[in-house]
Amino acid sequence: MKNSEESDSYIIHGKLALPYTYFAGRTGSTFLTTLRDHRTIMGVKCTTCNRVFVPPRQTCERCMADIRSQWVTVSNRGTVVNHTVIRYQDKHLPRKPPFVLAMILLKGADTPMAHILEGVNPDRVEKGMEVTAVFSPATTNTLLDIDHFEPVAEAP
Amino acid sequence: MSFREKNRHVGIVGIGETRFSSHREDVNQPEMIREAVKDALDDAGLTMDDIDCVVHGNMELFEMVHQPDLWHTLGTGARGKDAFRLTTGGTTGGTLVGAADNLVASGMYDTVLAIGFEKLQEGHTTGGITNMADPLWARKLQSGALTDSAAVKAIAEFGADRAKRVAMLYRIIMDKHACLNPNSHRAFGLDWDQMEDLMENSPPLIGDLRLIHMCSQSDGACAMILSCEKKAKQQCDHPVWIRDHITVHREETLNLCVNHYPNETTHRFAARHLYERNGITAPLDYFDVFEMYDPSAWWGADWIRDFFLLEGDEHYRLIEEKEIMGGGKMPINPSGGVLAANPIGATAMVRVAEAAKQVRGNAGPHQIPGTVNHAIASSFGGTMWTILMMLEKELNW
Ligand SMILES: [Zn+2]
Repeated sequence: MKNSEESDSYIIHGKLALPYTYFAGRTGSTFLTTLRDHRTIMGVKCTTCNRVFVPPRQTCERCMADIRSQWVTVSNRGTVVNHTVIRYQDKHLPRKPPFVLAMILLKGADTPMAHILEGVNPDRVEKGMEVTAVFSPATTNTLLDIDHFEPVAEAP
Repeated sequence: MSFREKNRHVGIVGIGETRFSSHREDVNQPEMIREAVKDALDDAGLTMDDIDCVVHGNMELFEMVHQPDLWHTLGTGARGKDAFRLTTGGTTGGTLVGAADNLVASGMYDTVLAIGFEKLQEGHTTGGITNMADPLWARKLQSGALTDSAAVKAIAEFGADRAKRVAMLYRIIMDKHACLNPNSHRAFGLDWDQMEDLMENSPPLIGDLRLIHMCSQSDGACAMILSCEKKAKQQCDHPVWIRDHITVHREETLNLCVNHYPNETTHRFAARHLYERNGITAPLDYFDVFEMYDPSAWWGADWIRDFFLLEGDEHYRLIEEKEIMGGGKMPINPSGGVLAANPIGATAMVRVAEAAKQVRGNAGPHQIPGTVNHAIASSFGGTMWTILMMLEKELNW
């Protein structure tokens, strides 16, 4: 028998693939079904601080006010307020690199939402760029019913 | 924000660290933890009989082992003792020290052992971090542990050339520090003349964040023993005193891009409050060393400004003039910091441990020159959770 200080050590290989469910809640569900059935993006407005949250939430983070019934429709168009270029590949990523994840502030909203930006060279994305939602042909019942955003074509 | 002074002073009497590595196949989790616990007990000259309570933490999703505290008693020594388990992301190690500080200060326990560990080689860190995002809104639309938000901000403010140079200079300085620390996981021996090459050729990850800028996935553990003033003075010739600590966090995505809310970072917010309530008006002059939780070189370079309440390019000039090295105006991460080793559940505790060792003057080959009377250590976790821990050599404030 080898001295244990010199012997090799086993590595136990395993894999856990765990299914999960996550309850969207009524507020999240209303957003998703409106998106799916009407291709309309909705937010909720805090009547205390007048901020419109997209995606919606039941309470305002600042005021802790219950804002679940204050629905407002926002535009499918908005502007890029920040972005990054994903240059590495991994299983969890929604696209093959390089691709752009942008923070998009929709017209009528006060909070930006993260989404994929396509139809533009990743190195040409600019702050303030006007973009519009492109809806997924088949529903996913998730935020990915917006498949991605793309730049608004310049008027001729 | 209400804040009360401690009921009683708390001193650090024992510090233990494993070496950090991506190859700890020779030990399982509790065996690795035992190394740090043994090191801390030996350092303090104590045995488990002296410990009243054990606080244990890591990020369990990273190794896919849940509630490891239930069977880690083999290594933690917690059998039959009061125990707590904590997990707060990257800040876990800082939360553990903060909890131990509060548990002792409250009078509940005289001596508390805090243990942080991680074996990132056993799991999938990006998978774990990806699963922290809101499953409804964010899980499918995010970049995991990697972000270049600091790079975007720095390039917009200082121009690409200066910002990229400062980030790489910071990276090389950290590597020079890491090369002096025998516990480092990554110490490459980088030299100044490799700047251009690394800026061009290190593999790109996201935006302007390259592989060389980013921290590693490490295995390792850290343990610290904290005692009340009376016990600390009996147990130890020179305890390091935890004068104060602060912990703050928020939901970051609402704050990142649009100036609807005051856009002060949690780092600056925490620093401002901590200094105000302790009467520190010039933190850069007051502190002698800073151990920062710097997950990437871009973040590290950027955050110096917030932690010391600096303005304009003051933080850039500290880096460019190499004032963050030993002997400089503000030595930062003599240990090499998080870029040298990142065993996540231990990482933030290692910052406090390394700062405390600098105060004691026995950090080893990476001890900085001169006396260290006042030290500060930071913890960071997504989404922008900040902890600051203020250490003192003398009990005289
Ligand atoms: Zn509000």
